[in-house]
Amino acid sequence: MGQTMFDKLWQRHVVAGKPGEPQLLYVDLQLIHEVTSPQAFEGLRENHRQVRRPDKTFATLDHNVPTADIFNIQDVISRKQIQTLEKNTKEFGIRLADLGDEDQGIVHVIGPELGLTHPGMVIVCGDSHTATHGAFGSIGFGIGTSEVEHVLATQTIWQQKPKNMGVHVHGQLPKGVYAKDIILGLIAREGVAFGTGYAIEYYGDTIERLSMEERMSICNMTIEGGAKYGCIQPDQTTFDYVKGRKYTPKDLDAAIANWRTLFTDSTADFDTIIDIDASQLAPMVSWGTNPGMTVAVDEAFPPVSDENTRKAYDYIDLKPGQTAPEIPIEYAFFGSCTNGRLSDLQVEAAILKGHQIDPKVTALVVPGSRRVKLAAEALGLDKIFKDAGCDWREPGCSACLAMNPDKVPAGVHCASTTNRNFEGRQGAGARTHLASPAMVAYAALNGHFIDIRKVEA
Amino acid sequence: MEPIKTISSHIVPVMDDNIDTDQLISRDSLKEVAKASFADMLFYGQRYLASGAKNPAFPLNDPQRAGAQILITGHNFGCGSAWEHAAWALRDYGFRAVIAKDFNDIFYMNSIKSGVLPIELTDAQCELLAALPATAQVTVDLPQQTVTSAGQTFKFKIDPLWKSKLATGTSDIELTSEFNTQIDQFEQDNN
Repeated sequence: MGQTMFDKLWQRHVVAGKPGEPQLLYVDLQLIHEVTSPQAFEGLRENHRQVRRPDKTFATLDHNVPTADIFNIQDVISRKQIQTLEKNTKEFGIRLADLGDEDQGIVHVIGPELGLTHPGMVIVCGDSHTATHGAFGSIGFGIGTSEVEHVLATQTIWQQKPKNMGVHVHGQLPKGVYAKDIILGLIAREGVAFGTGYAIEYYGDTIERLSMEERMSICNMTIEGGAKYGCIQPDQTTFDYVKGRKYTPKDLDAAIANWRTLFTDSTADFDTIIDIDASQLAPMVSWGTNPGMTVAVDEAFPPVSDENTRKAYDYIDLKPGQTAPEIPIEYAFFGSCTNGRLSDLQVEAAILKGHQIDPKVTALVVPGSRRVKLAAEALGLDKIFKDAGCDWREPGCSACLAMNPDKVPAGVHCASTTNRNFEGRQGAGARTHLASPAMVAYAALNGHFIDIRKVEA
Repeated sequence: MEPIKTISSHIVPVMDDNIDTDQLISRDSLKEVAKASFADMLFYGQRYLASGAKNPAFPLNDPQRAGAQILITGHNFGCGSAWEHAAWALRDYGFRAVIAKDFNDIFYMNSIKSGVLPIELTDAQCELLAALPATAQVTVDLPQQTVTSAGQTFKFKIDPLWKSKLATGTSDIELTSEFNTQIDQFEQDNN
């Protein structure tokens, strides 16, 4: 009996506890941000505890950041939360990528781009999209504030090992179909809870051909299918990405030799396997109020089947039998920890270049980090977006979750490169439609979604 | 954390599936930096009308169900964000147990850590409990791992470690301090 990659990673991090019971795992990196950390630091202070490994802890500001003018925080409660992280990191000796810092950005964008994230690690963060880091052949998962405090104090965490699920993605992606459509297609087919109790490993020739940024988009949304862990075996693409970054391990050759031992011995080691034929995938658009309520761009929205779908139709103001191109798009959002990286902005800019967005549409472009923003500006992408009529912003979570001034107005349909379409997610009453960066770019130009297979073929 | 042994109370049913953390708490409560009470923020969007008045149609506002300590709900409860504020809001409101058809994995841990006992029962058992009269008493017995009402008893599963923590109210960090030697050793071996 062999082991999955996930099991190997797990085994290497067990500090105490027997298989089959909750085990104490060592944490190689904790990423923290302003929202889920204040009560954790308060707990440390109450109990006169220290941060065990400030050197294995890295903080950034993202959720509350006002992206129009980062230093002008009008919301006093947001400002206090930001100042609290500044004070806490100073008091406990933790590195903070503060507002304006070259390393600042969305926590799941900066970890990888700084080389903090690499293969073979256990990475936690008080944020459900932490599975993003699993794209490097690591265990990454979201935790709550009590667990944040526990990791700060002990550099360990109690976890029950999940079962293993393999998601086998094979075949050539059609033109106009992207990594985002793989994960949306998977969740549309399998639902929002198929992964509960599992760690997912994505594998197959399609996955092997994806860039690291595409792999991150897929792992990022694993939680939308119910699994808190999503991972991909590291390969040359991974090693090439990790090389030469700010915090890349010093002895990279030795590290890579070790990382090459991270693979699943046999697909028979998975408890269950799901098969995805990438050649049959289409551009996907969410019609409802959870990511499972998603269809192909040319597919009719489903009938009302229960109370959940009835409520979703009421909220989103669409009807069964309609298709995505019939959604009146008045807002486009480009950004987030799912699709706020340079390659996403490049795809979008290539589509928008030389064109104007539809006059009815407001479009916000929010780079995932300051480094992404600077790199995009060096390529002149900011000018392309601005010339097309988009608003070019400072890095942060922005209108992905509406905890800052960036919100989609009530009743407005927004084409969005983000990860969640819950009620009120992008603003009270806002109607979110999840799609790939290319689909959102074309929706911004046309004022509605189009079947981009016809223009990209 | 207040230890849990038995909980006897009437229940509140909110039987939707996929109740996400965005529904469980308001955005503003996420900006809080103190260990404040989040009770008023629970189910913020559904509990209040646009005027700010209580929504009489929402089960939490049913006067007959006031003071209930047990919430009963559908599939995939607590999906979405890792915000433990969602579990705190349940706790601060007065819920000591949530009975669901199943839970999101991150929420499940947050619930345990917050001292709110998550109980998974079958669809039929949940529906049966939800259909009980508003004043019906339900008893949760953590040591026996049972839910009892109207003469019927249902068993539930919970890991022994999580169970003992809830039963004693022990903090995780205290427990882990017993393993300091092992943590030191792990760091020596791996650094």
